Amino acid sequence: MVERRDLDLLHDPGAPLPSLPGHSSRGRLERVLRDGKFAVTAELNPPDSADPEEVYERALVLSEVCDAINATDASGANTHMSSVGISSLLTRAGYAVVMQISCRDRNRIAIQGDVLGAAAMGVANILCLTGDGVQAGDQPAAKPVFDLDSISLLETIRTMRDESRFLSGRKITRPPQVFLGAAANPFAPPYEYRALHMGKKISAGAQFIQTQYCFDLPLFERFMDRVRALGLHEKCFILAGVGPLASARAARWMRSNVPGIHIPDAVIGRLEGANNQKAEGKRLCIELIQQIREIKGVAGVHVMAYRQEELVSEIITQSGIMEARQARERTSAAPRLSRYRPSETNR
Amino acid sequence: MYALRQWSVRHARGLERLYAGLERVLVGLRPLFARIGYERLEPPVAAMERGAKGLLFDCRMCGQCILSDTGMSCPMNCPKSLRNGPCGGVRPNGHCEVKPEMRCVWVAAWEGAQRMNGGTTILDLQPPVDHRLWGRSSWLRVAREKGVPGRPPAHG
Ligand code: SF4
Repeated sequence: MVERRDLDLLHDPGAPLPSLPGHSSRGRLERVLRDGKFAVTAELNPPDSADPEEVYERALVLSEVCDAINATDASGANTHMSSVGISSLLTRAGYAVVMQISCRDRNRIAIQGDVLGAAAMGVANILCLTGDGVQAGDQPAAKPVFDLDSISLLETIRTMRDESRFLSGRKITRPPQVFLGAAANPFAPPYEYRALHMGKKISAGAQFIQTQYCFDLPLFERFMDRVRALGLHEKCFILAGVGPLASARAARWMRSNVPGIHIPDAVIGRLEGANNQKAEGKRLCIELIQQIREIKGVAGVHVMAYRQEELVSEIITQSGIMEARQARERTSAAPRLSRYRPSETNR
Repeated sequence: MYALRQWSVRHARGLERLYAGLERVLVGLRPLFARIGYERLEPPVAAMERGAKGLLFDCRMCGQCILSDTGMSCPMNCPKSLRNGPCGGVRPNGHCEVKPEMRCVWVAAWEGAQRMNGGTTILDLQPPVDHRLWGRSSWLRVAREKGVPGRPPAHG
């Protein structure tokens, strides 16, 4: 892994970006979003292995095209390397991380400790999730914890950050400077409630939102209409979830086995009708990104390519997001945050 | 009971009114309760509450009832015990991600809330559950704490 060593030499992993007034974190993602740039985050598939190289290999591919990498927390209730572990490896090498925290596996004592630890390691972004039920994963006999829910988790971390105290009221000497995120699923019932629910997350402290996979554009547009009517797009940054489908079969499998994923029949039909289903899945994803980008109030995309990381960079590049952004960056007076300068690709 | 619990959500408006009456009575009984002693009252009142609310709502006796904020659908029946709204796993037919045979308690809560006068409190932020209160009476807590300065608002 020559490339990574090179990166290591260029980075000063211990040094976060200088703090800016009005920013909660010293991370890159918050800067990009507050600069009004169309942001890209991508999910790293966690390894089933204790080998750090597996994390670094995947991160290297993703980091070229994104502003922050999501470290998932046993998503789908499947056991993998932990989000804390992945975040520790990534921050050590200077990458920008969105550390996911799910309420399924840890209680408030463990989670608040992890938040302090994460911030100490240089994690600048935390995504608060409820978590999929244990029935969905490889350990259905596990005890589901759910001591907090995503909203009380948001409020807890916000209190830790802004009021320097734990949920118990006990003082924190140095608060965790993190940019807080939450998930939203516009594609599950009760549909009319979903935008309001996102608003509730915003009042609990969410500053950015990453949505569930979007395959149903009309439904997403209706959701965004409601979001704009409520003025929520002005109170937080909304990143729409996207990702390539490998085949019609994979799409059907996801729809019936992964909680909360809605894939319209028309999408599956389009894949089925294609000669090369994988290429069609990729094309579909690029088209979606281009259409989503035009929707007012969308601040970026969150790419989830289940076991297809190598595709992420092609998808982002071919969608044209980067060119649009670079053109703007060149004319922008704001601090230059070109993704191609490794010392700034980070955090 | 599952069927009765669905009935309760359909009749959230009536139950809201009924509860408002009960709450007035409870607060009115405060001096009497204080004379008898709350700890002495706890076992019989908790048993009554368990019986009534168990039947109507499949109440789990979390001891910090928020039925008035959740469209009369008890959030402790959610397998993830979510008290602030639905998870992202609700199935297209409105059933639960974890228990496919059950309607999502939050789909029901949203429906119930729209029938109620005070339904907008579904948007209130709920604190994490205090696990010390399991099995205790929410009614007595309301009688003791409702409207008392310095106490968090109690619901029944
Ligand atoms: S689907 Fe509804 S009832 Fe089931 S776990 Fe999610 S919020 Fe709870």
